[in-house]
Amino acid sequence: MDAALIWEWIIKSVVILLVMTGGFAYVTLYERRVLARMQVRIGPNRVGWQGLLQPVADGIKLIFKEELTPVGADRLIFILAPVITVIPALIVTAVVPWGTEVNLFGRIVPLRLADINVAVLYILSVTSISVYGITLAGWSSNNKYAMLGGLRATAQMISYELALGMAFVGPILWTGSMSLGDIVSAQKNLWFVVIMPLGFIIYVIASLAEVNRSPFDMPEAEQELTAGYHTEYSGMKFALFFMAEYIKMIGVSMIGATLFLGGYQGPFVDAYPWLGPIYLFIKVALWLFFMIWVRATLPRFRYDRLMAFGWKVLLPLSLLYIVVTAVLRLLVGG
Amino acid sequence: MLNDYLPIIILLVLATVLGFLVLIIGALFGPRRPTQRKAAPYESGMIPYGPGTRRISVRYYLVAVLFILFDIETVFFLPWAVVFRQLGWFALIEMLVFIGILLIGFVYVWKKGALEWE
Repeated sequence: MDAALIWEWIIKSVVILLVMTGGFAYVTLYERRVLARMQVRIGPNRVGWQGLLQPVADGIKLIFKEELTPVGADRLIFILAPVITVIPALIVTAVVPWGTEVNLFGRIVPLRLADINVAVLYILSVTSISVYGITLAGWSSNNKYAMLGGLRATAQMISYELALGMAFVGPILWTGSMSLGDIVSAQKNLWFVVIMPLGFIIYVIASLAEVNRSPFDMPEAEQELTAGYHTEYSGMKFALFFMAEYIKMIGVSMIGATLFLGGYQGPFVDAYPWLGPIYLFIKVALWLFFMIWVRATLPRFRYDRLMAFGWKVLLPLSLLYIVVTAVLRLLVGG
Repeated sequence: MLNDYLPIIILLVLATVLGFLVLIIGALFGPRRPTQRKAAPYESGMIPYGPGTRRISVRYYLVAVLFILFDIETVFFLPWAVVFRQLGWFALIEMLVFIGILLIGFVYVWKKGALEWE
């Protein structure tokens, strides 16, 4: 282990953090523009060319906002909760490969931060941790809306995590490895979405619920809970919650694209390794567009139906999907 | 072995630094003029009534307990999926037995009404 390797990791980590925070800023703009177009509006287009400086303006505005702590709040937990929420969101994509290997200044650099052999397990455990921040935020605010929102978010996220975890089983089963690098390589000729469409659908639904996106945005149902678990948060603490939410959106899109849509695979990627991150970026952008589209189209679920759907439909369906995939794997052989 | 996880630890440390940095930036630049009204918990403009944290419906505990049960089952699926190709039909039948036992418990929970919300 030499110093150059550690510097390589540090630089890659900084790149991931910059891409994620920059991505967060521009996903908010992307969402507002696309939603506006779907509702026959124009959306923010005044700050900079096509509104491209809008996220910067929003950020500067939030920096200079007053931060309030409600009376009776558990101060330490209240301050720590946004950080606890944002850290898992930032590190969950550490195991996703961005491409093969490139030659950078005479050094062979693999386009990934870490290729651990239990990558899928890592993703599952990090997503579990992100529930804590939301629960603690709701509980420490000393606010009824926040507490109800936090509780609802917790129950919803853990219920849909089951289906999410089972959706991961299909690609592992087909590849025989939990490493995302191996899973992507196995999709060189055929994307897993073709082999296991049911798993793909389960993943899409469960991941929407996992990041609290519409139509499963119960934890922050404006009409009944004002803003859910982050009702009492303002200024940069509020920004941290928003950052966590949008980075998680990018994260589930990246992981989903890697598991089912071939990740960085695409035409000519072997000859030109720099195409890998570009293909991944295109897939993630399309996936995010789909999430925004769903938000513009579908009304919100009722809470009891949401829980019933997760436990009574999605869970049996995931078990069925695992059995079907296993039988298919044996019939295909290999 | 540790070499594989070191980059993740580096990312974790940097992410923690970033999180606290954002908090500090907000605390440094924001104004701080609290009043009694501003600091009161938000309750749609009404004067807050009673404590903010109250008793939690037992349904949430039930969901949490069921989640732990089924999440452990999910964890069993993952290593099974990794070695599935080497074991072949034997692994499939064994997992069918496992899913069968799981389903008996699931049907019991369903019939008991633990999955009903109110």
